[in-house]
Parts: sequence; structure tokens; C-alpha cells
Amino acid sequence: MKNASLPISIEKITKKYGSTYALNHVDLEIKSGEFLTLLGPSGSGKTTLLTVLAGFTRPDGGSVKFGDTEMVCVPPHQRDVGMVFQNYALFPHMTVAENVAYPLKIRGVKGLEAQERVERSLEMVRLGGYGKRGIDQLSGGQKQRVALARAMVFEPRIMLMDEPLSALDKQLREHMQIELRQLHEKLGMTTVYVTHDQREALTMSDRIAVINFGKIMQLDTPRAIYERPLNKFVAEFIGESTFVPVHIENGIARFSNFSFKILHKDSRHGAALLMLRPERLRVLGPQEHLNAEFNEFSGQLVHVVYQGDSSLLEVKLPNDIGVQVRMPSVELQNHPNLLPGALLRLAVSVQDTVVLSEEGGTS
Amino acid sequence: MSALPNALALKRADSIERLWLLGLVTPAMLLIVITMVLPVGWLFYLSLLSDTGAFTTEHYVRMWEQPSYFRTFRTTFEVSIMTTAICLVIGYPLAYFLSELPKRAANLCMIAVLLPLWTSLLVRTYAWLVLLQRKGLINNWAIELGLWTEPIALVHNMLGTLIGTVHVMLPFLILPLYSSMRAIDRNYLRAAANLGASPMKTFWSVFFPLAMPGMATGALIVFILCLGFYITPAVLGGGKVIMVSSRIANDIEIFFNWGAASALGVVLLVMTALLIWIFMKLLKISNPVDRAIAA
Repeated sequence: MKNASLPISIEKITKKYGSTYALNHVDLEIKSGEFLTLLGPSGSGKTTLLTVLAGFTRPDGGSVKFGDTEMVCVPPHQRDVGMVFQNYALFPHMTVAENVAYPLKIRGVKGLEAQERVERSLEMVRLGGYGKRGIDQLSGGQKQRVALARAMVFEPRIMLMDEPLSALDKQLREHMQIELRQLHEKLGMTTVYVTHDQREALTMSDRIAVINFGKIMQLDTPRAIYERPLNKFVAEFIGESTFVPVHIENGIARFSNFSFKILHKDSRHGAALLMLRPERLRVLGPQEHLNAEFNEFSGQLVHVVYQGDSSLLEVKLPNDIGVQVRMPSVELQNHPNLLPGALLRLAVSVQDTVVLSEEGGTS
Repeated sequence: MSALPNALALKRADSIERLWLLGLVTPAMLLIVITMVLPVGWLFYLSLLSDTGAFTTEHYVRMWEQPSYFRTFRTTFEVSIMTTAICLVIGYPLAYFLSELPKRAANLCMIAVLLPLWTSLLVRTYAWLVLLQRKGLINNWAIELGLWTEPIALVHNMLGTLIGTVHVMLPFLILPLYSSMRAIDRNYLRAAANLGASPMKTFWSVFFPLAMPGMATGALIVFILCLGFYITPAVLGGGKVIMVSSRIANDIEIFFNWGAASALGVVLLVMTALLIWIFMKLLKISNPVDRAIAA
């Protein structure tokens, strides 16, 4: 059963609390059937944007359209969107089945049809036969599923999720991420998902909107967000990163007496930040030489932190600039000279040499 | 089974802990026995004695045979039910309003609600008498404003009694109702709206049932306090609204008939207990939240 889905069009949505912007002229086009994640730190405005979509928060101005219909003035109970709340918000005075049947009852669906749809919805989240249970008899993961079943039983064309997995433990969370994603593929409704967990966002989304200070810092696919961050905030918020101040001239970024070729032929000149992902850096062996696809530089090893699957090497470049190198722990044995103070030759592919403009702004 | 090391010592620690707990409740238990169980037993014993000290059931038989007793009990229940109902009508919206306020403002308002409890009951009752009498403040103002031309009997009748009892009882309803409303996670209401429920529907299907335990507790407290209410109905009813407690007072003060008074007390006690029992039974059937609260 693939539901019809609707695109969402957000235009200049603004909400101020006192003198601070929770949402600052946000524009966002969400495609029909897309799984879009709003990712940001707490207080960034991501949840506010979601509650604006659900109708719980009245923005100061702007436009929200589902399809072609203007929704910004429509009260929440007439919006017909499914929502999964952070703490599930399952009605404690109703059984599982009564909870799931609630939206159907309101829409006048009764009797056998309602029963069938409730059961089908519960089976979809693999809780078939749980209908008669009370809410307090369920585990966290089960509550999560009931909330999901209740949100989709009335076949909304848009689904909103507010950190639905944050209360679950790590293993269950990772399991539910895949399950949610599969459900989305099966049902195909436009989904807006809020999280502060970057890994969750990378795992689940078609596109990610990184939000901070009520503004969208970058909107792109998970891969592009990770590999081509537009600014320092996105680069820092998603994944591990270290920054080296550089000076750009004719497509070459210079730092101390090292030079880095940049992939994009941009016309930028002057001061910029070089972003290096620790796991994209390689430690070269004494006899190892790489081709022109790589930028080479070197620094002094400060210490090695063993972290199980991988190890983190703290390296000091000239001018006291520190960079981190993440190396799979199995490779430690290939580098017998990893002692504090040793001089390490490092390499990063031109592909992974990302330059950001000096501060914040979307370049 | 081989003996585990320290098994005995650990077991003894367990029983010492239990003894301590028992020790902690002992004063309260003693108090209840001395102030509740013994007097009620004594009351029951007295109700079965005649003037001469012989064993008799005459007090109960008289209560059954004389219609005036039936009227007294009817009045008592009428006043109690109406007071509870009026308190609900006034208190429910007020408690709801308070529960929606920010915590600080709500606390301030709550002090205002509870303020009357800090004043003597007698003072409050006589204050109402002054306000409500024929030449009282309310009649005078109403006539001056042209609301009515002749003084209306606002007191020494059912109306005056109810005004007084509602005023006294209102905080007892609002307090539990407010805290149970405050405890309702507002996300339930958002969820209901999100699932398509209009504000009206959200109220009746989610808010009302979740606030039910507080409402039931408050209503029960008010109702039971009203059943034994003495001063306010006696003063504001002016002898026309005779409740069981007034009758008990009369039996003792005027007729020195301890047997009759005790019998009235016993019947009132039994009826109250019966009502609570029925009430609890009804609650248990109604829904699982109440079951959890009642348990």
C-alpha cells in the first residue's frame, strides 16, 4: 500500500522569541516522497520548524504549503499529517488498539474496517496481536512502534518525526533506523525527520538540512554534506574534522611550506580553512610515494589513542597546528615507528582536500 | 544445600530492617486506635443503650419510624450533592485555567485559592451572614443598582447554606483536581490534535479522562466533608436546613440523649462508608488509570 504523498514548500518562515530568531526566514522545498532530515544542535530551531509544520507553533510570518494548499493558518487538527513524538505521547488511558484506532474513530471509520486497519497497521510495525495490551505494559521500542502505527494508520501523506529514537538504547536505535527507512520505502510518504544525531541523519535521509541559529546552513545529500561541507559549522557538526588555516593562490592552498592542490577550480584568494577528516588521512611508510592525486605534508606525532576498531593519532604540524589521523587498529603493526616525537609523513587525496571560507558563512 | 557464608547474619539484618519499619508506623497505628477505633466502638456501644443503661435497639427503630429523621438525612445528602456539583462547576474551569498558567503565576493564584483556609471557619461563616442578611451588603447594593426592589432572603435557607458550604469546600476540590491536571503531559493534547481531534474532542477524549482521578478525589473529599458539616449549615441555614450533624448536636445539647446521638453518628458513618465503597467500585470499572490510582 503506497500512499499518495505531497511535497512541502516552506517560504520565509520566521519565528522570534524575544529578540532571538528561532527561525530566520527559512526557505525549504521538500520533494514528494522524500525522507528529509532536519539536523542541528539543541536550540537550533529544528524542532520549532517541525512544530510549525504540525501547526503547534504559529510562526510570525511566512508560508507553508502542502502541495498547492497554504497551511500556515490551518489549525493542527485539520492538517492531516502524521506525527511521531519524542516521548511517543501514547494515551495512557487507552489500550494499544484504542490508541491506534483513535485517528480512525475521529474520521468516522468504524467497526470491522477500523479493526482491520488497526491490525494491519500494528502488523506493519511487527506488533500484531498486541492490541489488548496497556501502554505501560510495553517496552520503549514497542511504544515507539505503536506511536508509528498510530501515526500512519490514517494514511497521512506527510509524516513528521521528532527525535523518535532518542529514548532508545543504541542497539535498538540502530535497528529501528533501518526499520523506519524500510517502512518509508514501502509507504512512500513525505517524511520530515528531526534529530541531533548526525549518524542517524546520515543513515536514514535522502537529504539533510543542517540547521543552526534558525537558519539552514546546508541542504544536500548525506554524502555531499559529509564530503563537501559548505562551512565550518557543518564540517564540525558532522563527523570528525580538524582545520588548518591556509592561504589560497591560483588554486593552491598553502600552509607553512606545504601546498595542497584543491579539486574545485575556484577563484578564491586569500585566507581560508582547510578541513581534514581524520579517517581520510593516510600515514605514509618511509619508502612510500604517492602520485599527483594526493597532497603530502608532515608533522610530529604527539601520541596514539587506542580506541578498539581504530586508533587516533594526534599530530602536530608547524605553528602548533594539531591534526588528527584515524587509522584502523589493524594497521598499527605496519607502522613500528609510531612513537611520540616521530616525524610522520601524511597524505590526503585531492578529492578530500576541502577548503572552507574562513568563518561561518555559506561560501 | 551447603550453608553460604554469612547467611544467618544477612537474614538477621533483614528482620532488623523489618522491625525498624514496624517501629516507624507504630505511633501512627496507636494514634488511630486511640482516636478512631476505640471512640467508634464506644459510639456504637452507646447507640445500643437506653436512658436507664439497658440494652436496646430503640434509637435505630425510632430513626426508621419517624419521618423527621428521613427528612434530615435527605437534606444532608441534598446539601452534600449540590455543594459537590456546584464546586465542580465553579472549580473545574478554575483548576483548568490554573493548570495552563506558567508555574510561578499558578503558585501565586493557588495561594489565593487556599487563603480562605487560613481564616477561621466561624469567622468566614459569620461574615457571610453579615453579607447575606436582609439589610446586608448584597441586598442593599442590589436594591440600589435596581437589580431587585425588595430585600431577598439570601440566608437562613438552602441558598445561604449552599453559598457558605461551596465557599468553604471549593479549595478541597481544586487542590487535587489542579495537581492531576498539572500532571497531564501537554503532548497528549498535541497528539490528539495531530490525529485530527478538534479541541472539544481532545478535551473529552483525552484531557477529561486523564484528569478524572483528581476530579474524583476532590469530589469525594468535598462530598464526605459536607456529610458531616456542622457550623456553616447550622448558622447560614438558620434552623431551616437541618443536617445530621445539627440533629446530633441537638440530641446532646437539648435532650442529653447520648444514645440517639450515637445512633445517628453510626448510621451516618455506615452510609458514608457504603458510598465510598460504591464510588471506588465504580471507579475501578471505568478505566485503568483510575485503577492504578485507586490501587
